[in-house]
Amino acid sequence: MSGAVDLRSGAVEFDVRLGRRKLKGEIFLWVCFAATAVAVVLLAILLVDIMRQGLGRLSVDFLSNFPSRFPERAGIKSALFGTIWVVAFTGLFSFPLGVGTAIYLEEYAPKNWLTNVIQTNIANLAGVPSIVYGVLGLAVFVRAMSLGRSVVAGAATLALLILPIVIISSQEAIKAVPPSIREAGLGVGATKWQTLQGLVLPIAFPGILTGMILALSRAIGETAPLIMIGALTFIAFTPNTPLDEFTVLPIQIFNWAARPQAGFHELAAAGIIVLLVALLSMNALAIILRNRMRKQV
Amino acid sequence: MAPSIRLPVVFPLLAWLAGCGGGGSEAEVAGRVHIDGSSTVYPITEAIVEEFQAAHASIRVAVGVSGTGGGFKKFCIGEAEVADASRGIKASELERCRANGVDPLEFPIALDGLSVMVNPANDWADCLTVEELRRIWEPGSAITSWSQVRDGWPDEELVLYGPGIDSGSFDYFTETVVGQEDASRADYMASEDDNVLVHGVSGDRGSLGYFGHAYYVEHKDVLKLLAIDDGAGCVLPDSQSVRTGAYRPLTRPLFVYVDRLALERAEVVRFMRYYFTNVCRLASEVGYVPLPAGQYEAALNAIE
Amino acid sequence: MSDGLTATAAASRGGPGDRRRLAMSRARAWRERGIRGVLFACGAVSILTTVGIVTVLIWESIGFFAEVSPWEFLTGTTWTPQFIPRHFGVLPLVAGSALVAVGASLVALPVGLASAIYLAEYAPDRARKILKPVLEVLAGIPTVVYGYFALTFITPIIREIVPRTGVFNAASASIVVGIMIIPMVASLSEDALYAVPRHLREASYGLGATKFETVTRVVVPAALSGIVASFILAISRAIGETMAVTLAAGATPKMTLNPFESIQTMTAYIVQVSLGDTPFGTIEYRTIFAVGLLLFSITLAMNILSRVVLRRYREVYE
Repeated sequence: MSGAVDLRSGAVEFDVRLGRRKLKGEIFLWVCFAATAVAVVLLAILLVDIMRQGLGRLSVDFLSNFPSRFPERAGIKSALFGTIWVVAFTGLFSFPLGVGTAIYLEEYAPKNWLTNVIQTNIANLAGVPSIVYGVLGLAVFVRAMSLGRSVVAGAATLALLILPIVIISSQEAIKAVPPSIREAGLGVGATKWQTLQGLVLPIAFPGILTGMILALSRAIGETAPLIMIGALTFIAFTPNTPLDEFTVLPIQIFNWAARPQAGFHELAAAGIIVLLVALLSMNALAIILRNRMRKQV
Repeated sequence: MAPSIRLPVVFPLLAWLAGCGGGGSEAEVAGRVHIDGSSTVYPITEAIVEEFQAAHASIRVAVGVSGTGGGFKKFCIGEAEVADASRGIKASELERCRANGVDPLEFPIALDGLSVMVNPANDWADCLTVEELRRIWEPGSAITSWSQVRDGWPDEELVLYGPGIDSGSFDYFTETVVGQEDASRADYMASEDDNVLVHGVSGDRGSLGYFGHAYYVEHKDVLKLLAIDDGAGCVLPDSQSVRTGAYRPLTRPLFVYVDRLALERAEVVRFMRYYFTNVCRLASEVGYVPLPAGQYEAALNAIE
Repeated sequence: MSDGLTATAAASRGGPGDRRRLAMSRARAWRERGIRGVLFACGAVSILTTVGIVTVLIWESIGFFAEVSPWEFLTGTTWTPQFIPRHFGVLPLVAGSALVAVGASLVALPVGLASAIYLAEYAPDRARKILKPVLEVLAGIPTVVYGYFALTFITPIIREIVPRTGVFNAASASIVVGIMIIPMVASLSEDALYAVPRHLREASYGLGATKFETVTRVVVPAALSGIVASFILAISRAIGETMAVTLAAGATPKMTLNPFESIQTMTAYIVQVSLGDTPFGTIEYRTIFAVGLLLFSITLAMNILSRVVLRRYREVYE
C-alpha cells in the first residue's frame, strides 16, 4: 500500500487505489475460471472426438465378434470377457486382503513404529508406477509361481496394484464410525471382533464398498502391467478357466490404436466408448450405493 | 551356415507353380495351441487363426508377435508349440531347443520380397542400389540426409524405421544387405510391431523403412515402394519378381516351425492340417507369394 | 452376541457352571487371537509387496551390474542394449522421461493451481458441484485413452502448427500427460487451500485487502507446502506414465531438448522390451529390471520428498 508520510504534520496520505486493485482481482478471477474451464473444455473435446470416431462402429456385432484382420468384422468379445474375468478375480483377491489390512490398522495395531512403517509403506506403494507392478507380476506370478500368462496372474498383479487404494479407502470408512459405537459394544460385553463384526463394519460397509468399486474402476483401465504379464496379440476365444490366456479392453484398444489404418482407429474409439461406459457405470454405482446405504448414526 | 534350407537361390528355382489344395474331415477335439514369432509371418497366421477359430471353437489358439527371435525363445522352452519365422532357425537356437527336449520341424510356407518403403511425398527416390542401402544401414553410418545417399537428391532429413533385433527381417536384412548378421546402425526407430513402422514411414516426409511385403500391400495408399538394384537393374517386388527370384537379394522364404512332440496332440495336428490346407490361399491374400502345391502336400504328409 | 452376554454375566456370578463358562471364554479368547493374527497377516501382505518389488528389482539388477558398471549405466549417453556394439548408458531414457515430465508440468501445474484457487476461493456452490465431478472424470480416464487421443488428435494439430514435427514426438505425449495430471494438482492443491484457517483470511480482509490480495498474498503462501507437495506428486506421476508415451512419443532413445522429435522414456523402453519378449538370463532381460529399479527409485524419492515438504514446511496455526 502506498503511503507518503508528511513528516511535519504526521498525516499519512493513504492512496487506496481501490479501483485498480479490484480490477486486478476481476482479471485474476477470470484467469482462474478460464483455467478450470480449460479442464472442462479439454474433457469435452476428448469425449466428442472419441464419439465422433467410434460411434459408427458400435453395434451388437462389435460386442459379439472376435478381433479380425478386417476392421468391418472385428469386435471386442474376447477383450470384454477377459476384462470381466480379470476384474472379478482382482476383486476376489484384493477385497479380503485390503479390508483385512484396514481393519488391522484401524482396530488392532498398536501405535508403534511397525504400524507407522506399514502405513508409510502403503502410501508409498500407492505412488509406484503401474509398470513396476507389471515387472513384479512377471517375475513372481508368471515365472516364479509358473502361473503362466493367465487370468490369475493378471488378476494377482492388479490386486497388488489396487491394494493401497482399497486399504486407504477402507481405513477412511472405518475411521468415520464414531467411537461411541465401539464403546457401546464393548460396554455390553462383546469382544473386539464381535463389536467389529456386528456394529462397526456394517456401518462402515457402504464406504468400504464404494472404495472397492472405485479401486476396481482403476483396475479396469490398467494396461501396462497386463502387457508385461503377456499381452498375446490375437486372442479369439474367451477364458474358460482362470488359467487361460486372456486379453482385456485396454490392451485391445492399444493394439488397434497402434495400427495405421483409420478403420482400426475407429475400432479403438469404439472400444474406448465401451470402456468409458463401463467406468462411468461403476462410478455411478458407487455413488448411488453410498447414498442409498448410508445409515444415520 | 545354419542347418536350414533358407537359401534364397534354391527357393525361386523350386517355385514354378502355385496351386492350392484343400479338404479334410472333422471330429471334435479340444485343446490349446500357442504360436509366437515373426511379425512378418503374423498376417498369414492371424488370417488362418481367425478362420480356424471360427470353425473350431474348442481349440483355443493364442498368437503372439514377439519377433522371430522372441518366438524361438518361447518355442525352445516349450511355451509355444509353433514358431513363426522370417528366417531359418539358427544353430544356437536349434541347440537350445534340443537341450530342452523340443524337436523342431521346419516348414516353409511362402515367399516374401522384403520391401523397402518411403513416404509417398518422396518424389526423388524410385530405386536404391544395394550399395546405397548398405551405406545407409551399416553400423556407425553417419548418413542423416538424403543428399548424402546420392548426389542430386534433396537435403531432406532421413528418418529411419526398421525391425528390432528380435526380428527375423532384421537378421535377414543385415546379413544380405550389410553383409554381417545383426550389424546395423542403432539410431533408428526399432519396433517388432510392423504397424508402428508403417505409421512412422507414412508420417515423415524423409522417412525410409524396411519390413515384410504384406504390410505394404495392406497400406498401399500411405506408402511408396522402392525398387532395388542388385547390379542387374531396378526391380520392384511383386509376385512375379519374387517367384522367379528376380527381386534380389531380398527375396526370402517364410517358415513355421512345429515341435514334433507337440504333434502328438490331436489339436495341434488338427490346427497344422488346417494351416497347410489354407495357407496357399491366405498367403497370397495378405500379399506374400505361395509355394507350389507340392510343398504343402509334403507338409501335410509330414505331420500325419 | 448373546453368547458373549450370557458368558460374561455368568462368569461374574461364580458357581458350579464356572468351569464351562471359563472354557467358553477361553475359546473366545483364542478366536479373538486367531482373528487378530489373520488380520495382521493381511497387513503383512502390503509389506511383502514392497519387499517383493525391491527384491525382484535388485536381484536381477545385481546380475545386470555384474556385467555393466553402475557408472556407465548412470552417466553414459548412448542406450543401445540390443544392438552391437552395446551401450548401456541410461541417460537418454531419463532425458526422455524428463522432457515429457517437464512438458506435462508446463501444462498441468499452472492450470491445476489456478483451478484449485478458483474452486477453493471463488466458485459458487453450483459451479463447484459441476466442476468437481468433471475433474474426477478427467482423473479416472484410463491412460490408454489419453494415448489414443495424443496419437489421433493432438499430433496432427501439432504437425499443422510446427511442420517439422515427427509423427512420433514428445510434445504430443507431454500435453496429454499434462491433461491427465491436472485433476491431481487441482484436488490436492484445493485440499491445501481449504486447510488454511478462516481467521487468516478474515484478518487479511480486516486490514483492508481485496480478495485477490488475500488469496495471492495470504492464502496461497500459507498453503504453499501442500501446493508444492502436490506439484511433486504430479511430476512423479508424469514420470511413471506409460501408455500415452508408448503410443505417441516413439522408441528412439536420444538426448534431446527438442520436444518435436521422437524420444523414448524409461517406461516405454520397459514395454518395448517385454513386447519383444526377451527370455530369462540375457542381459537384455535384465535391462528391464535395471531401468525398473531406476524408475522405482526416482518416483519413490519424489513421493517421499513430497511428504517431507508437506510436513516440514507446513505452517502451523494454533
